[in-house]
Amino acid sequence: MRLQYPSNIKIILVPCTGKVDVLYILRAFEKGADGVYVVGCLEGDCHFDNGNFRARKRVEQAQKILDVIGVGGERAQMYNLSSSEAPRFAEIAIEMDEKIRALGPSPIKAAKQKAA
Amino acid sequence: MIVADKKPIEEIIEEIKNHEKILILGCNECVTVCEAGGKKEVGVLASALRMYFLNQGKQVKIDEITLERQCDHEYLEEIRDRMDQYDAVVSLACGVGVQFMAEKYHSTPIYPGVNTCFLGVTEERGLWTERCQACGHCILASTGGICPVARCAKRILNGPCGGSTKGKCEIDKEIDCAWQLIIDRLKALDRLDEYEELCPLKDWSTDRAGGPRKVVREDVQQ
Ligand code: SF4
Ligand code: SF4
Repeated sequence: MRLQYPSNIKIILVPCTGKVDVLYILRAFEKGADGVYVVGCLEGDCHFDNGNFRARKRVEQAQKILDVIGVGGERAQMYNLSSSEAPRFAEIAIEMDEKIRALGPSPIKAAKQKAA
Repeated sequence: MIVADKKPIEEIIEEIKNHEKILILGCNECVTVCEAGGKKEVGVLASALRMYFLNQGKQVKIDEITLERQCDHEYLEEIRDRMDQYDAVVSLACGVGVQFMAEKYHSTPIYPGVNTCFLGVTEERGLWTERCQACGHCILASTGGICPVARCAKRILNGPCGGSTKGKCEIDKEIDCAWQLIIDRLKALDRLDEYEELCPLKDWSTDRAGGPRKVVREDVQQ
């Protein structure tokens, strides 16, 4: 299956979404990402029991922080799908790409360019 | 351990908004365990603050260091040669660490990054509860190992008040009545007869009532 998804999305592999920390999400924004989304296994299907639930909580924590600092919490999202759902993966990528395009570039990216 | 809770980022921003070179200083002990002021929390706060100030168009340097402890000279000394780089420090240690930092580095403002709450335990991840109020004269020997000073809302020492209902304290149905716990425990230990013994008046001068306290141990002094 050779599915197309937006080429501006950089995929970072982790062994389980339970590995994703709030700090990873924040650092991505600090480096200039316009949006970050975490794609975990379906809820209830985590090999390690609750890795994807932890990831969801961390995404929520990151959203709160991003709201407070004026970046916008909606730029961080959590999605769940099973590993056999490649078309859904592409769909999510397109959905996220559209969502972030509608929000425009991250204010951090612009501020960084201005400061440089 | 000493249990602390994170301060909202908004409050920390308010504390430091007029500074330009800020050190976020974590502590590797209690506040790491209660996930309020360890290396990870330092990283998250520092990252959030860097983005906040950048977004505001302000050039603010935010650095991160986490010390082994902030309540001992030797660890605080580790940053002496770097302190001239900063015009403020946000300490994520408990109130003890914040104050010891302030005593040591007289001319640098030190701001608290956590709310120090109590001496307690981790019941489960994300749930910490109080156990001791450091009263200075421990009476756990006669109360079955359950502290009425820290766990009874009224700090009473000779059995429950009239508000104890179905094992719960009258101030909150979620809170166990300390005296119910003590009686249950003495029963389990087959020492219920001790419950009949009157606890003499407690000397509260070793508690906060006697003003700031100190422990002097000449045997270990150098
Ligand atoms: S009696 Fe005093 S020292 Fe002992 S646990 Fe209670 S508050 Fe702490
Ligand atoms: S109900 Fe129990 S814990 Fe609460 S104040 Fe009375 S004796 Fe203390």
